[in-house]
Amino acid sequence: MNPRIKILREKSLKAHPSLSAERALLITEFYRDRLDASDAVPVQRAKSFEYILKNKSLYLGKDELIVGERGPHPKATPTYPEICLHSIEDLDIIHSRTKVSFFVDEKTRDAYQNIIIPFWKGKTQRARLFGAMNDEWKQAYDAGIFTEFQEQRAPGHTVAGKKIFETGMRDYISRIETIELHIQQQNPSAETQAKLAQLEAMRISAGAIIAFARRHAEALEVQIKSETDPHRQDELAEMIAICHRVPENAPRNFHEALQHYWFIHLGVITELNPWDSFCPGRLDQNLYPFYREGIERGTLTRERARELLQAFWIKFNNHPSPPKMGVTAKESNTYTDFSLINLGGLKEDGSNAVNELSFLILDVIEEMRLLQPSSMVQISKKNPDQFVKRALQITKTGFGQPSFFNTDVIIQQLLSQGKSLTDARNGGASGCVETGAFGTEAYTLSGYFNLNKVLEITLHRGINPENGKLTGLPIEKDPMDQEELYKNFEKQLQHFIDIKIKGNNIIEKLYAENLPVPFLSLIVDDCIINARDYNAGGARYNTSYIQGVGLGSITDNLSAIKKWVFDEKLLSMDELREVLSGNFEGHEKLRHRLIHDTPHWGNNDDKADRFAVDVFNSFYNSVNGRPTYRGGVFRINMLPTTCHVYFGERIGAMPDGRLAGEPLSEGISPVQGCDINGPTAVVLSAAKIDHIKTGGTLLNQKFAPEFFKNDEALQKICDYIRAWFRLDGHHIQFNVINAETLKDAQKHPEKHRDLIVRVAGYSDYFNDLGESLQNEIIKRTQHGKF
Amino acid sequence: MDTQIKGLVYDIRSFSVNDGPGIRKTVFLKGCPLRCSWCHNPESFSFKPLKWIKDEKTGTFSVTKTEIIGNFYTADEIVEEVVADIPFFEQSSGGITLSGGEPLSQAEFVYQVLLRSQQNGIHTCVDTSGFAPWKDMEKVAGVTDLFLYDLKLADPDLHKKHTGKDNQIIIENLMKLRFLKCDLHIRIPLVEGITDTTDNLDGLKKIIEKLPGLKRIDLLPYHTIARMKYRRLNLPYDLEEMPEYPLEKAEKILQSFGSAAEMVTVGG
Repeated sequence: MNPRIKILREKSLKAHPSLSAERALLITEFYRDRLDASDAVPVQRAKSFEYILKNKSLYLGKDELIVGERGPHPKATPTYPEICLHSIEDLDIIHSRTKVSFFVDEKTRDAYQNIIIPFWKGKTQRARLFGAMNDEWKQAYDAGIFTEFQEQRAPGHTVAGKKIFETGMRDYISRIETIELHIQQQNPSAETQAKLAQLEAMRISAGAIIAFARRHAEALEVQIKSETDPHRQDELAEMIAICHRVPENAPRNFHEALQHYWFIHLGVITELNPWDSFCPGRLDQNLYPFYREGIERGTLTRERARELLQAFWIKFNNHPSPPKMGVTAKESNTYTDFSLINLGGLKEDGSNAVNELSFLILDVIEEMRLLQPSSMVQISKKNPDQFVKRALQITKTGFGQPSFFNTDVIIQQLLSQGKSLTDARNGGASGCVETGAFGTEAYTLSGYFNLNKVLEITLHRGINPENGKLTGLPIEKDPMDQEELYKNFEKQLQHFIDIKIKGNNIIEKLYAENLPVPFLSLIVDDCIINARDYNAGGARYNTSYIQGVGLGSITDNLSAIKKWVFDEKLLSMDELREVLSGNFEGHEKLRHRLIHDTPHWGNNDDKADRFAVDVFNSFYNSVNGRPTYRGGVFRINMLPTTCHVYFGERIGAMPDGRLAGEPLSEGISPVQGCDINGPTAVVLSAAKIDHIKTGGTLLNQKFAPEFFKNDEALQKICDYIRAWFRLDGHHIQFNVINAETLKDAQKHPEKHRDLIVRVAGYSDYFNDLGESLQNEIIKRTQHGKF
Repeated sequence: MDTQIKGLVYDIRSFSVNDGPGIRKTVFLKGCPLRCSWCHNPESFSFKPLKWIKDEKTGTFSVTKTEIIGNFYTADEIVEEVVADIPFFEQSSGGITLSGGEPLSQAEFVYQVLLRSQQNGIHTCVDTSGFAPWKDMEKVAGVTDLFLYDLKLADPDLHKKHTGKDNQIIIENLMKLRFLKCDLHIRIPLVEGITDTTDNLDGLKKIIEKLPGLKRIDLLPYHTIARMKYRRLNLPYDLEEMPEYPLEKAEKILQSFGSAAEMVTVGG
């Protein structure tokens, strides 16, 4: 790392996240003072976007190579009151909470108190959303049966395809004009009017981002005048030229490509607060033509490319996820905004895509060691072992990145969803583990689903034991056998999925009508051709996911009921309920037996694993293929972020011996500490569910550093990954750390500020995790003790 | 085929990465004719199942359980567990390893397990002290792809002193084994002042010279993990005070082996 990057990195690490009222004030000004009520909603949104970009303060850091910040300075994080309005009390919590806090100064509080809150109160998307939900939905939401991703964040989960690196805003504008001409020739109708308004909004948004880049050029022109260092003068002159050129025009070289993407990234995350933020996708593929040409012509060196990428990395790290509150904070308790860089995989023609830039970017990931962006490698059977092992060398440092994905499975998933082969090969995973066709698909996550809470309600015959209220379908009598119990569970599952899907479709409509995203729509195919917004189904493919949580826990719960209630008849359903309501108090011995003498998921034991397969298939059948408001379909994936902790808080003691309030298992991983037959048994169990039917599954494995000690050892881990992928596994990630280090970090957090661990689908600073999550990570089985 | 014969097994470990090439499943057989003073598996000494007391904890609640070390398995039962890991064996050129104790002390059972493994296309490996009647070794060799063969002490008297048995049969077996078609890796435990003396290492090198084309030598530095086991078993442990083997020293010894084999490693 050269001194310049070192300083920029240090600055980014040191900056404490703060909350900035700037965007909230600008959008308030716009809607209060400048709104033309006769404009269609998309045009209003585009004009507000233009207004923000025109008036927001610019930040130009000393010695930066890539410019542009969403807030007035690094880690100053804006808010989006049109979606979710923070109260003064919220601001106090955000400011003072121990984890994932944002500094809120007096000026910001005043702005909220006097300007922002008075204007937006009752007019937010959040208010509309909760107002539109029926009692059934609210009761299930309050019970912690599911969460709702769109209550504080806009629909996101979209990733840049290679097209955006080949296209300038001016190209989009001329495409818009072509489509406009075509529509104008049709008979005027409400539909053509709506389409023309959408296209108009897109054109305004394209113009807004061009002007935003020009503002940076102008600001740099001021800076260059007072610059005395001739070398920096040259750099600034180049940056000025770049900001004049992109994103108006397609980038021509490596530096332009990075700056081009970065302006677009800022546009997406300024327009709204999509979850996930935005992502350059297959970075080694998208940048390779620029890299190759630069090296061949002698206009770019490998070292310069490295430095530019490092500067690019710092930009991501400067942008924490906008502050979350309530359930949203609990389900995703992190600064990470889930931009997941993809490397490797296959080219469009199906050949090995790994190139020298893939390796260079791995170097950058290793050197930068930053929380953001996240990174992953796609591994196809065609990719070389050398690439896997290079990635493992980074994993070995205990940083949790990169994670490993099975390209061949991702492609099968996309093909089975009806995508073209080309779109499938250009796809990958984003966020934590979510499969998507990059640049052509809007695949929003709609919320986590608490499989174990549904089982708990089933065990209590429809009652939520937390408050004694009938929350599910009433069940008259206890089941006679496991089959009956499972049928009851399936009915409750279908019931709650129906509630969730009904709610989702209303929410999708609310976003389509009230919060279109004309800027994001520019860059996702085929929103321009369809003259329809990203949030209204304009993309080529539209998918809405429901994310199942706690597969390991529910498997062990069903396994325990089968063994102890129905087979051994150690206790009746009544007695079981009583023991669980008492949180095993006075029944420590029973609890011990449940934990130690029950077949568990993750040990390649069919006595347990069959229940995982049953639950997986029931969940899949209840969700998959159902239509969405946007014209797409619902699908499932299996990932938790930090929601297994929140969902665990909402469930009492359970038959697998888990105490009330403790975290559930995460992803498709075994219950913490219950996989006792080693890592091969874990993946043999995990392979029993059909990953091809999902849009992503998450498997976490913790290894002691010894397993990564030399090339021979790395080859074995590489082979382990490949064997798992031959069994159609979707993903695996490694926590390489020893428990002693983690325990010490709990006692002496100050000594371990750089300790990054893999949480669920992303890496986080150990110190930023809540205590229960810290304990859970320590508990996760540490393979290879001896 | 008589598959009813049972073997006494005290552990089966998957993702075993230090007992032969690739990812392996290692089956540990109980019972050993030797008593090496540095042995880190004292629970494997006797040819009978034994019990030890184990505290099993759930939070602060604890149950004292009697754990049985050593269970009888048929070859079928073992092979069924091993076959599950074929995806990992195929990917990594791994397979099954029989270790101990001394696996050749249960030669018929070992033969059955390895024969069935080979019939399933699985690479087979035996980790042995070499202390067994030649007819047993020869039979097992017929179904073994690779032997991990221990060489401890070159001097017969010292061998007897530290392992309880003379090394004559071990060396004779090795000299016969070299003419069979199985692969061979030599493993040398490094125990300070016992096996790492210049005299002993020179003596071992002389034996190794007689093994042309030897693929690999692994030097296995002594570690202290067994201390707790001796205490639990109430067995005396001569090496109670011995520290972990210094890695720098092991590296130096590695250098001294030069080109005695195609590959020489510390730690396997």
